Amino acid sequence: MSEPLLSVRDLHVTYRSEAGDVPAVRGVSFDLAPGETLGLAGESGCGKSTIAGALLRVLPRETRVTGEILLDGEDVLGMKPGRLRAVRWTEMSIVFQGALHSLDPVQRVGDQIAEAILVHRTASDVASRVAELLEKVGLPTRRARDYPHQLSGGQRQRVLIALALACNPRILIADEPTTALDVMVQAQVLDLLERLRQELSLSMIFITHDLSTLSDVCRRTAVMYAGRIVEEGPADEVFARATHPYAAALAAAFPTIGDPKYRRKPAGLPGDPPDPRAIPSGCPFHPRCQVARPECAEASVELWPAGPGRRAACIQVLDAVPR
Amino acid sequence: MSDVLLETRGLCVRFPARQGDVARAVDGVDLTVRRGEIVALVGESGCGKTTLARAIMGLERPAEGEIVYEGEPLRYDMRFLRSYRGKVQMVFQDPMGSLNPRQTVFEAVAEGLRIQKVPGDEVTRVADALARAGLRPPERFVQLYPYELSGGQRQRVVIAGAMVLSPALLVADEPVSSLDASVRGEILKLMLELVRDAGVTILVVTHDLGLAWNIADRIAVMYLGRIVEEGPTEELLSHPRHPYTRALLSVVPEVEEMEQQILQGEAPDPTRIPSGCRFHPRCPLVESGEASRLGIEERCRSEDLALRSAGHEHAVACFAVPGSG
Repeated sequence: MSEPLLSVRDLHVTYRSEAGDVPAVRGVSFDLAPGETLGLAGESGCGKSTIAGALLRVLPRETRVTGEILLDGEDVLGMKPGRLRAVRWTEMSIVFQGALHSLDPVQRVGDQIAEAILVHRTASDVASRVAELLEKVGLPTRRARDYPHQLSGGQRQRVLIALALACNPRILIADEPTTALDVMVQAQVLDLLERLRQELSLSMIFITHDLSTLSDVCRRTAVMYAGRIVEEGPADEVFARATHPYAAALAAAFPTIGDPKYRRKPAGLPGDPPDPRAIPSGCPFHPRCQVARPECAEASVELWPAGPGRRAACIQVLDAVPR
Repeated sequence: MSDVLLETRGLCVRFPARQGDVARAVDGVDLTVRRGEIVALVGESGCGKTTLARAIMGLERPAEGEIVYEGEPLRYDMRFLRSYRGKVQMVFQDPMGSLNPRQTVFEAVAEGLRIQKVPGDEVTRVADALARAGLRPPERFVQLYPYELSGGQRQRVVIAGAMVLSPALLVADEPVSSLDASVRGEILKLMLELVRDAGVTILVVTHDLGLAWNIADRIAVMYLGRIVEEGPTEELLSHPRHPYTRALLSVVPEVEEMEQQILQGEAPDPTRIPSGCRFHPRCPLVESGEASRLGIEERCRSEDLALRSAGHEHAVACFAVPGSG
């Protein structure tokens, strides 16, 4: 296997607030190979978007971030501001969710893209580069003169993708890029991202709560719960045959249409995702787990091997695979 | 007692748009909802599904056609509407937006009782409604404020507020789309329970075909102000006939056996509804030349069409589907 382009080691992120510390990410490690798409799945508050913020170091200044984020072996967390600015957008860039809020409402979208290009280089032919980017994301170049409100949700999402590509990054982080969009537009945007990935040899981290989308888009997926990865493996296998009970519940939340197993049987989990300020002891999922055992309340769980290329943080896997 | 609870007949809702244009948001909808069933009204944003739901609630006045509830056409005087809204309740998409942040759970749920001037023991009714919505024990929740609740609990409070009046019909607009994935299923289970145990009928407005597979008895697919296909859930999702339904189903990530058919562009403008079949400018059959081979293309482009029967309880508005009507 080739050297990872990005390697995250034991990442911890703790937000500081007046009400106390909020541990949002609690020891996460993963690798991203060149040209690979990695899925990060989980619900609100699981820490997946915080990871995106930590990778680009765009979190509030007082946030405590420890561990390593190695980009080609260089630790992003140790970078000086000048180096960091160079890395942002030219090495790694991000497409956020909620396309309306990420664009300046009173500036033409073409000017916004031009600004992103000019942050990093002086270019004489900015206009043609803007046109090229718009074309790449499937928008007519005349759209450069439009303001964000003149565009539909799908078109705005395309503008954000053009912005993220302005400086030819190698890694694109997509944080819920399709969540607010209609199914058909969602399919268009996913299609576009996949085409761009191939065309530009991008590596991608795709963050979403929708495991079924990841099974289409990604080769590998990591499922997060309460600030930790609880399962990882090939995306289609994790979706079809999850090992961790939480990953299984998340997969079942998006039923397979036509499968009698889900007909008139919506699958959900009792309870709610935990408050990061009060994470349960032992396996943090145990209070909501349908197959929890008494020892789960105390057992310390880690990602154990759970089949070829797969790992899961559930003591059940120890029954099947002797340590 | 007829088994039809609610019907819309030739319903049209129009809005004034810019430059004197008229948006035909709902443009001739015949929809039947029978007692005790869950009907999913499916479509993309801008297709008119939320306007149709609001019209059914009496919140929009139809330009043409009518809404018939228990055999009686809806009237728009205050007296009629107040009594109607005791029987037909709506649950909105965003539970945080539909709850008043300064009201406790008790006040939020009791509000409907007060507006409807329902006699009897308020405390017991509120507690029953909360318990029925899965907030048990109710005493634990009555004094809480919305910010003290999780997203799923808030949606349960909204549902309790609707159910406290024992309505016959619940109109739910995207009831789970703002909720966390693991919580969605619990709310959908609750909706099934309400039908089974409280005898309520549900019209659920959604863009999510998976939700329809989870709970709906029947599905009506809406495109640009019209229902283009309807039928029992199993039938419609395993044998979709309308090219629009087929395309919608093909882009659901879980449906792998269908070849993805990504329609270009977005749902078109209700101020400029295309002539003929309103779907024809995006229709894969027209684009691929299939419509021309079938000798129907001319009709697709020029002839408006209504739903036609395509088998048992299944109706489709497409010239390519041989119909009996």
